[in-house]
Amino acid sequence: MRLLVSLLLTLCVSLAWASEAASPKLDIGKGGQCVEDTQWMRKNHMHLLKHGRDDALRHGIRDEKHSLKTCIECHASTQDNSVTARADSFCVGCHKYEAVKLDCFECHSGTRKSAWLQQRNAK
Amino acid sequence: MSDMDMDRRNFLKTSVGAAAVAIAPGMMLYSVAQGKSEGASSRVRWGMLIDTNQCKPGCNDCVTACNRENGLPGETKATDSQWIRKIEIKDISSGREISLPMMCQHCENPPCVDVCPTNASMKRADGIVLVDKHRCIGCRYCMMACPYKARSFVHEPQHDQNPDVPRGKGTVESCTLCVHRIDVGGKPACSEACPNQAIIFGDLNDENSEIAQKVRSVASVQVRADLRLNPGVRYQGI
Repeated sequence: MRLLVSLLLTLCVSLAWASEAASPKLDIGKGGQCVEDTQWMRKNHMHLLKHGRDDALRHGIRDEKHSLKTCIECHASTQDNSVTARADSFCVGCHKYEAVKLDCFECHSGTRKSAWLQQRNAK
Repeated sequence: MSDMDMDRRNFLKTSVGAAAVAIAPGMMLYSVAQGKSEGASSRVRWGMLIDTNQCKPGCNDCVTACNRENGLPGETKATDSQWIRKIEIKDISSGREISLPMMCQHCENPPCVDVCPTNASMKRADGIVLVDKHRCIGCRYCMMACPYKARSFVHEPQHDQNPDVPRGKGTVESCTLCVHRIDVGGKPACSEACPNQAIIFGDLNDENSEIAQKVRSVASVQVRADLRLNPGVRYQGI
C-alpha cells in the first residue's frame, strides 16, 4: 500500500513538473480559436507551411486559412505587432525553448500586415 | 500450418490498419486543402504593353512605385536591387530619343529557368517568371543568362519587408509582375502609378482584354525578339 502511494505521488509530481516545463510563457497575440486544434498545430504547423509555400509560390494556390500571414495576423503581439520581436514573441518563444532554428523571418516579415501598411503610409 | 496462415492473415489485417493510421495525417492535409483559391491557370498569359511615346523622359514614377511596393532601397549602386529601370536611348543617325522602363520581360522560354541548377527560377502556368527563394542558393547563373539584365542579387540582410513580398539575403530576385496583387485581382504597381497610362497590363490570351486588342491593332515589338524567348512585355514606338 505504501509502495502504491509513493508510486502515485512520484507520478503526480513528475507530471506536474513536466506540464510546467512544457509550456514556455508566450505572448499569443489576439489568440482565440485557431484554424486547427492547438495540440495538432504544435506538432504539424511546419508541414502546413512547407506544403503551402510551394502551392502558393509555384502554383499560385493561396490558401488564406493556413498562410503564414494569417498566422501572424492573429498571433502577432498586440503591443509590438510582431511574432519575432521579443524573447517571448509567439514564434521565437517556442523555437528558442525547443532549440529549433527559425529561418522563415530572414525573408518573410514577422509583422502584422495592417500595422506594416499603417507604418509605410505614415512615411 | 493452418495456424501459421491465421497468424499471417492477422498480421496483414493489423498492418493494413496501421497503414491507414499512418496515412491519416496526409489525408487531413488533403482535406484542409479544400477551399483554396484555384491557382495560376495556363489559359491566362499575363503581359504588359508599354507605349514609349507616352513615356516621359525624366519621369521615374513607375520605378518609385515599384520600390515602394516591393520594399526596395531605391538606390542604384551595383549591389542594390533594381526590379525596374528607366532607360533613355538615342538613335545616333536620326537623333531620336526614347525613354522606356525595362524590367523582367517574363519570357515564354526564359533562359534564367533553363540555367537554374536548383529549379528555383521558375515560370508559373500563367507566364509569370519568379524565383522560388526557398530553393535559391544564390549562384547567380540566372543573372548571367538574362539578356535583359533584369535580375538582382540581395547582398545585405533585409528588415521590415512588405508582408506580401518576402526578400532575403543570398537570393536572386526580379520583377514579379506584382504577383501578390495579380492573385487578388489587382495590377502591377508600375502600371497603376504611370501618370500617362503608358503601361497597359492584362491577359494576352483574352481576346477582349484591352492589351490583346491593342497588341492586335498597333505595331509593337519585343526587345531582342531575335532570341525567340517570346517575352510577355511588349514595347510600342521603338
